[in-house]
Amino acid sequence: MKKILVSICIGVCLAALFVGCQKSEGKTTVSTDGSTSMEKLIGVLGESYEIETGVTVSYNPTGSSAGINAVLEERCDIGLSSRSLKAEERALGLVETVVAYDGIAIIVHPENPVASLTLEQIQRIYTGEVKDWKEVADFSGEIVLIGREAGSGTRDGFESITGTVGKCDYRQELTSTGDVITTVSQNPNAIGYTSVASVKDSVKVVAVNEVLPAEATIRDGSYPVQRPFVMITRADTALPPLAQEFFDYAISPNAGSVIALAGVVAAN
Amino acid sequence: MRKNDLVEKIVHGIFLALGLLTVVCVLVITFYLVISGLPAIKEIGLTKFLFGQKWVSTGKNPSFGILPFILTSVYGTAGAIILGVPVGFFTALYLAKFAPRKVERVVGSLVNLLAGIPSVVYGLVGMLILVPSIRKVFDVPDGASLLAAIIVLSVMILPSIVKVSVTALEAVPQEYELGSLALGASAVETCFRVTVPAAKSGIAASVVLGVGRAIGEAMAVIMVSGNAANMPSLFESVRFLTTAVASEMAYSSGLQREALFSIALVLFLFILLINTLLNLFFKPQKDKK
Repeated sequence: MKKILVSICIGVCLAALFVGCQKSEGKTTVSTDGSTSMEKLIGVLGESYEIETGVTVSYNPTGSSAGINAVLEERCDIGLSSRSLKAEERALGLVETVVAYDGIAIIVHPENPVASLTLEQIQRIYTGEVKDWKEVADFSGEIVLIGREAGSGTRDGFESITGTVGKCDYRQELTSTGDVITTVSQNPNAIGYTSVASVKDSVKVVAVNEVLPAEATIRDGSYPVQRPFVMITRADTALPPLAQEFFDYAISPNAGSVIALAGVVAAN
Repeated sequence: MRKNDLVEKIVHGIFLALGLLTVVCVLVITFYLVISGLPAIKEIGLTKFLFGQKWVSTGKNPSFGILPFILTSVYGTAGAIILGVPVGFFTALYLAKFAPRKVERVVGSLVNLLAGIPSVVYGLVGMLILVPSIRKVFDVPDGASLLAAIIVLSVMILPSIVKVSVTALEAVPQEYELGSLALGASAVETCFRVTVPAAKSGIAASVVLGVGRAIGEAMAVIMVSGNAANMPSLFESVRFLTTAVASEMAYSSGLQREALFSIALVLFLFILLINTLLNLFFKPQKDKK
């Protein structure tokens, strides 16, 4: 009995050593740092890249600005940001490369006659300035605002694009895309937002500034409720070879299908 | 003989270890909650945290006031008790004293089934049937509200109330009832004047269980209550202590995350307090008997 136990112990220890060896032998990591909204995107990209090449992609979810700073301070290989660089950040010698676009669809109940809203109308609806549908559409009823919980990437995206950060007067804050769609599909007065990739037939998508969200309109920028997911690098220093390879992979057309898995539109 | 002693000791040790496992779990959870819940309270300030009326956890000027959550939890639980206890109590009375054997068996097993339904199913049914009905019946813009949560919770606490009360009522010695009947009291009089008072402590225990279940429920509530951090009002979207933790935990960071742990700590202390108070309140009566 004891002998068996001892031998198992030794076996486990050896296995652990071996695993340890493997890890230290291939010190192959690309480090990324930044936007929490890009977690899913970098997750699928990193996984598929690791399967293909064995190179691990690490990700530190700190936020777009923190990610940009991390590149400046050379704490990571590639910075991740869910907004374009500001002019002063460009001036510091940073460049951005768009990996994907995150489109957010505005959805209403199928019976709701409203077909198009302007970005400004959406902003006024969500801040509670416009309370009744009759002010923006041919139909009356108190508008019911459906949104996501604080901290959600979709909420952060929607609010930052429409300029309503922290000002939204939600009736319901739901914790998943599915819940938002279900709730909107059940209430004729409801309006909600969800990532374009997850829209279902049970709800109606509203055009924004007369443009409906689709892969083409998101990519060419004509659909306004969208934001770029960008990789930030330094203009003056080249990336380490491994990081450069990952960078090339992420913006290659081959990565398109993988990027679509994250529910966003690939840039290339 | 010595070998037997050894086996005895080993078995004793195993039982002791298993028994201590529960204690360890409770202690670990308590310590973890206290340690991870205190920093945010310290940073925000206890009064600001407990009595603040605004919860904006990710805004530019975050504000962490959990009074709306505390009041919602209190109102929601009270509402569920007010609706659920009478129904559960009378169901138990009927099952224990009046129902024919067959009915008792069928209804009893259905009540057991109700207890076995996962809370997410309660939430789903509430979300798909109850919430739209409330919107139509009461003509409010949206049905996800405190009322919806109260109704779901009152159904959820029914099984524990019915089961514990039935056990208590059935445990009343038959001599009490026979004596009462022999003195000329009717069956209903006997029931309310003799049986129910004798089973009082058991029925009270069922209410305590119901309170515990209602105040700790998150999954079903999160799906029907709307989750906006409003001060409680029957037809408004509200957020409970439990759902406040559950809804934001996934993507939270920094002080927001710490504050969520603080909410969990408050909830924990709350449940502890309620259980202790209710137990103290109902204990003396038990001793008298």
